[in-house]
Amino acid sequence: MTTRTALFIAIIVVSGQLGDLSLSRAMKTIGEVHHFNPLNLLRVIGRAFRIKWTWIGIALMAVAFFSLLALLSWANVSLVVPATAASYLVGALGAQFLLGERVNKERWVGVLIVCIGVALVCV
Amino acid sequence: MAESKSQRGKTFVLLALMVTFGSSGDVLLSQGMKRLGEIHSWAPERAITFFSRAFGSGTIWLAIALLILFLVSYMLVLSWADFSYVSPASAIGYVMVALMGYFFLGEHVPTTRWIGVCLICAGVIVVGGTHPSTTQNQ
Repeated sequence: MTTRTALFIAIIVVSGQLGDLSLSRAMKTIGEVHHFNPLNLLRVIGRAFRIKWTWIGIALMAVAFFSLLALLSWANVSLVVPATAASYLVGALGAQFLLGERVNKERWVGVLIVCIGVALVCV
Repeated sequence: MAESKSQRGKTFVLLALMVTFGSSGDVLLSQGMKRLGEIHSWAPERAITFFSRAFGSGTIWLAIALLILFLVSYMLVLSWADFSYVSPASAIGYVMVALMGYFFLGEHVPTTRWIGVCLICAGVIVVGGTHPSTTQNQ
């Protein structure tokens, strides 16, 4: 694996996860949704798009998406997709340190098993 | 306790919706794009023709609608559940796609992929055993 490929995999994983974490932060600001009637759902989604974290999340996901497109122009999909399974670990780390979620030992074990499983499915 | 039970219930329902909408949207999008054929030239007029054909396809619009429903379910579940819970739990989508490929499309699934499918199921069961929400809403 070349340094350039490794760098792009890191960009995809980190920016993609930071994007999801930003979206999660935006939704936590809104708070738990209790009523699922269409009008209320539209109101919730409308509110989400007025929160800056939603837009930061979308921008970061776009960075991850276009980096993936660029990387796939020279690297094999059989290397790239399994490598991005590391996203689950990076996401859990971000959730613990940036969002203050309490990720206990049980959840860490689950996340690690899922990572290995996803990498094997995508090989 | 009842509150926590109902929260777990609605988390499972929304995760199931996310996985169903996400994987069927991806499969339909891939099917719709394959039907259009490969794009060979990015010259502006060729690209415009290609994308206008794409947006004239009912399959692609259905895929877009399903992916929007996926995004809405994802945003809703994140309004109360931990990201470190939702993200690994949604990996069950890989299992669904592998099973759909095997049972409905008659695809050959290699042994390593079956091992991966079993590991994902085990990991999701372990994560699913933890409480979906560990933070107070801000």
